[in-house]
This record gives sequence, C-alpha cells and structure tokens, in this order.
Amino acid sequence: MVRSHILVCGGTGCHSSGSDKLYTLFESELAAAGLGDEVKVIKTGCFGLCALGPVVVVYPEGAFYSQVGAEDVKEIVTEHLLKGRLVKRLLYTETVAEDTILSLDSTDFYRKQKRVALQNCGVIDPEDINEYVAYDGYMALAKVLTEMKPEDVVAEILNSGLRGRGGGGFPTGTKWKFAAAQPAGEKYVCCNADEGDPGAFMDRSVLEGDPHCILEAMAIAGYAIGASHGYIYVRAEYPIAVKRLRIAIAQARETGLLGGNILGSGFDFDVDIRLGAGAFVCGEETALLNSIEGRRGDPRPRPPFPAVKGLFGKPTIINNVETLANIPRIILNGADWFAAMGTEKSKGTKVFALGGKINHTGLVEIPMGTTLREIIEEIGGGIPDGKKFKAVQTGGPSGGCIPAQHLDIPVDYDNLTAIGSIMGSGGMIVMDEDNCMVDIAKFFLEFTVDESCGKCTPCRVGIRRMLEILEKITAGQAVPEDLDTLEGLCYFIKENALCGLGQTAPNPVLSTLRYFRDEYDAHVREKRCPAGVCKKLLSYTIDPEKCRGCTLCARNCPTNAISGELKKPHVIDTAKCIKCGACIDSCKFAAIYRR
Amino acid sequence: MKSLAELQALRDEMKTKIGVRKDGGHRMRVVVGMATCGIAAGARPVFAAFIKEIETRKLTDVVVAQTGCIGICQFEPVVEIYGEGGEKTTYVYVTPEKVPRIVAQHVVNGTPVVEYTIGANAK
Repeated sequence: MVRSHILVCGGTGCHSSGSDKLYTLFESELAAAGLGDEVKVIKTGCFGLCALGPVVVVYPEGAFYSQVGAEDVKEIVTEHLLKGRLVKRLLYTETVAEDTILSLDSTDFYRKQKRVALQNCGVIDPEDINEYVAYDGYMALAKVLTEMKPEDVVAEILNSGLRGRGGGGFPTGTKWKFAAAQPAGEKYVCCNADEGDPGAFMDRSVLEGDPHCILEAMAIAGYAIGASHGYIYVRAEYPIAVKRLRIAIAQARETGLLGGNILGSGFDFDVDIRLGAGAFVCGEETALLNSIEGRRGDPRPRPPFPAVKGLFGKPTIINNVETLANIPRIILNGADWFAAMGTEKSKGTKVFALGGKINHTGLVEIPMGTTLREIIEEIGGGIPDGKKFKAVQTGGPSGGCIPAQHLDIPVDYDNLTAIGSIMGSGGMIVMDEDNCMVDIAKFFLEFTVDESCGKCTPCRVGIRRMLEILEKITAGQAVPEDLDTLEGLCYFIKENALCGLGQTAPNPVLSTLRYFRDEYDAHVREKRCPAGVCKKLLSYTIDPEKCRGCTLCARNCPTNAISGELKKPHVIDTAKCIKCGACIDSCKFAAIYRR
Repeated sequence: MKSLAELQALRDEMKTKIGVRKDGGHRMRVVVGMATCGIAAGARPVFAAFIKEIETRKLTDVVVAQTGCIGICQFEPVVEIYGEGGEKTTYVYVTPEKVPRIVAQHVVNGTPVVEYTIGANAK
C-alpha cells in the first residue's frame, strides 16, 4: 500500500550536489517514522533545473522542493509526509501560491518547454523496466513488430521530418532508407553516445534518466533496416549512464524485450555496450566505427558512407542518443504529431544544455522555432548579477558565437547555420560582458588542437597554427596582418580537413571575427582586452587618491608585489605582479584598477 | 514475455502503481485530515483503508492525500472528497469500516453517503 512517492533526482547535476545521500536518508527517516511501507522513494533522471539541485518532488501533491540538503530530509518526512503540511521554505518559489501548489508547467522555466526526448526523465525510475513499461515503454516496439512492415517504419520516420540531433542534422529517415536498401545480410545499428562538446550533457541525461527508450529505439531501427545487433558507444566518463544502461540491457533481456524472437514475432535483436576512452574525435561517426572495431579512433574517408559500408564493413546506421529518444514517441504518436512541432525544415523539439552566465543552468527541451531570447531570458531566467548579455555559443567547438542582434531568430538547423553557428548537439553557453571573445575562441581551439587525431594535415597542423596566432593576439604581440592570415587559414581548413572535427574547428574563430572584430582589433592594435580577461594585456594600478594604506592588499598579494607604509598610498610592482586580481577582491575602497 | 498481450497486461498493472505521480488531471481527490487531532482520533487506519480500497479497485484517476487540521476537531477523523468541479463533501467520524461504502457509493458511483456527512452529524 503506497500512498506517496518521493522522487529524488539522480541525474549527474543533482548527484554531484549530494542527491545520493538524500535517497538513503529519506529511506532511513521514513523507516524511523514508520512510513516505510506507505511512502516509496524513487531515484529518477534529470528534471532539468540543475541550478536548483538537488531536486526532490513529492507526489501526489506534486511539491517541487529545490536545493534540498541532508538536514532538510527529516523536516520533509515529519512535516509533509507525516503531518501533511508542505515545507514552504523549500518549495521552488515560483510554484508557491497563497494556499496551494502551482503546477511546475506554469513556471517560467517549464512553461515554454515541450518534453519529448526527455519525457520520462525525472518521471520514472530508470533502473526499473516496469516503470518504463507503465509509461507505454516498449509499446512502440510491439507496434512495429505486430502491425508494421519494415518499410512502413522507415516511411514513418521519413515523414516525421526527424533530423539527426548529434549536430549534423541529416534526415534520420533517409539514413535508415539507405541502410534498409542494402542487400539483406549482416547489418548494424549503432548509438552514438560519445557526447564530447564542452558544456553539453543532453545525451548523458537521457541515458541516465530513460535508458530503456534508447534500447527500444535501437530495436525499432534494427527491425526497420534488417539488423539484429546494436552497439551503444558511450564514454567511460559517464559512469552513471553506463551503469543504468547495463541494468537496462539485463532487464530487457530477462523480460524478453531484447534477444531472440522478441514478443513472439520472430525478430531477434540484442545490444552491447562499447566504452569510449574520451577521445572527442570518436564522436565522429567513422572514427566511432573504428573504435568499436577495436582500432585506433581515426576517421575514415567518406564515401563509402556507413549506411553502405560501416561497422565491420557491413551496412550500419549511427544515430545519436537524442535522435533515438524521439523514435518510440514518433511511432506511438505518429509522424504527423511530430511534424506538427517545429519549423518548416526542422521538426520536433531540441534539448539544450544551458550553461555559462545564466540563472537557470540546466537542461531544457523546446519546440524548434523558439527564439534564442525566449530560451535565455524567459526559460533561462536571464543573466546573473544584472550583467549585460554579450553572446551565446551553440554547437560547442564546432559552433559559433551568436551576438545580441540575432537573439530573435527562431532556433532551427538552417537559421543557426545562416548566422555562422550550428545547432550542434545542443550545448548552449551564455556569455556576458565579462567574457573576452578572443579568449573564448582560443579556449575552443585549444580543445580541438588537443583532440585532433592527427590523421590529416589541415587539422593537425592548421588549427595548431591558428591557435598560435590567437596566443599572439591575446599576448599583445600580434600585427594586423595576423588577422588576415588567421581568417585565410580558417577557410582553407574548413575546405580541406578530412572529417567534421577539422572542418568545423575554425567556426568559433570565424564567428567571433565576424561579430566581434572590434575586440580582435583592440587586442591587436591597441594591445588592450576590453573585457579585462587576457592577463598579459592587463595592468593593475592603485589610485593614490583613494588608497587609505590599510595594507590589506599587500597582505593578500601572493607574490608580495605591493608595497607601502601603513596609512600611506601603496604601489604595485608590475614586474612582480602576476595579475591574479586578489588585490582588487580584497580592497575595501575600490582603489585598485584593472586596465 | 512472449506476446503483446503480456506486455499490455504488465503495463496496465504497473500503471496503477504510478497513479500518484500524475500532475493534476485527477477526477477526484480524497483528503484525510491528519493533524494531531485526526491522528489521535484514528485517521491513520482510515487513510490506509482509502488507499487500499482505491488500489484494489484500480481507480487510477483518484488521488488520496493528507492534509493538516481542518478545524473541526470534535468530528475527527474528517475526510473531504473533492469532485472535478471543486465541489466538496465532508465526512465526519469516519472509520475504516465506513470506507468501502464511501468509495463504492460516492467515489465510484457519484452519490455521497449522506448519513456519514457533517450535515447529518452536526445536529
């Protein structure tokens, strides 16, 4: 007899802010209060509002408790569950009304969201196949096996307009059609779960919150193209995701939803996991295939495309996690339902990982066509500390920075490409006036230089030369001609690199050059960093008028670069100064300037 | 599991176990006063009886919740049933024995058990 469910978020965000401990604490407190039999504690996937983690939701009231600490557990148990009184101080403020709880869907964060890929995240216990089944899990697989021919499945996905969510945006149905058209024989379905963009955690959250939907989608894909085996290529750095996938596979096999003769249909399908060692290039589909085969993760030239000659030389489809998460829902609700969401050329929804200078850091899923302004200002809650918005970075190291003037464009594949960025896998990093755009471009280039596999010269050598120029610029040693060389290199590498990694690596530089040329010019011509980030271009000075000689800065300086007598103005020795900013933070009179 | 029918049966069985997690959309809400006065008068077994009855009858669109003191402590245990339109029926002196009848007559068939309500008892 269970009358109440406590859902504790077990996503990575809340996990790292201590939700694991909450789970066990709830169990012990409930037992102590004699409620162990009537209240069930469930560990779910990500709710999305990671900034307010750990998140705990209590049903049937639907009370959304945020930032729950270990010390709050007892209060929730004795007040809410024993006495039936809400713990108002812990409720998410937007859900508190006079005497009742408002639905989460009415809050700014959730109102404009539409959860399709994430529909079970934060709803079910990902380690229990029965909960997935309760929410119509595996019904889509049952539907295709009993009612649809493989070509009907391909047609349904084609008609839905679903495009690859890993970044490329290639129509998923077309990919399936190519593979299905290959002569019958050994074929494979691969799930690309090698999410590597800095700041992106959409796929991770789906795997952690709803692993069975990926298995179901892979089986559907297998049926559609005539494959009986699938591989999930997932980063070893995602331990929770890997653990839950393993549990899910074992449960699906035990229940007979993976393996031989599924649901008595004669269709066989099984899935194995391959762990990636964290090389960014292995997210590129052909490098991923090499890695699964046990070879070095180098990209292969295309054509032949994997749909013709993929894993072990056999026809293979490779779909991203989020793409697959949409599949069962399309099958159950129909292609028209899916195609009704989004814009003309980009259907459905997209999950974004919101990060950087934004109030509601977390995971959001919005219909395509939502504007960047809605995402950042309404759903994301705007920029903290009243700072001014400067740019939003989408698409990670392959994407670009979008300035304020383009905030009102509707988000879809083609619009983002048109303004010099890409949809990418869904990382969205917001930057404010304190971010230096040259420094941002350098950051992403450092990443791609590190992750370049070295197989082709434009990428191996070219982007390293680009990074060197950026280092010169941020050190104040560049000449105006360097900017031309940099831009020329960008276009050359885009055209000549072997795989997606190299072809898109110049994007962060190109887009910042396009929209923030003035910042590059300030670095190059005036030897100045307008945002005050590039250390080598900064100097710290103490205003003798304002300095009271309190000695606080001198005592806080790690290199003893500040000298002066008590109650007399101090001075900074620029030769010793390492520009750490500790003096500014310590000064109570705002007497120290950074220029 | 070897057939679609088995999968459907499992789904239907599991659906009844997650009914409480529905955000809104409940046809009826049974609210049991569980403040000190209610608990002292025996609200807990009443609460348990409602849960059990609702579960056995697989009434997934009905939610049983607890609340604090309703303010009429002399009538405890007090149970309030809210219909879809927000109309409210207040039952007083509820015992576990009265629960099956309230569920059968009111929750399932929509006719309040007048003799258990506050109107019939507050004279």
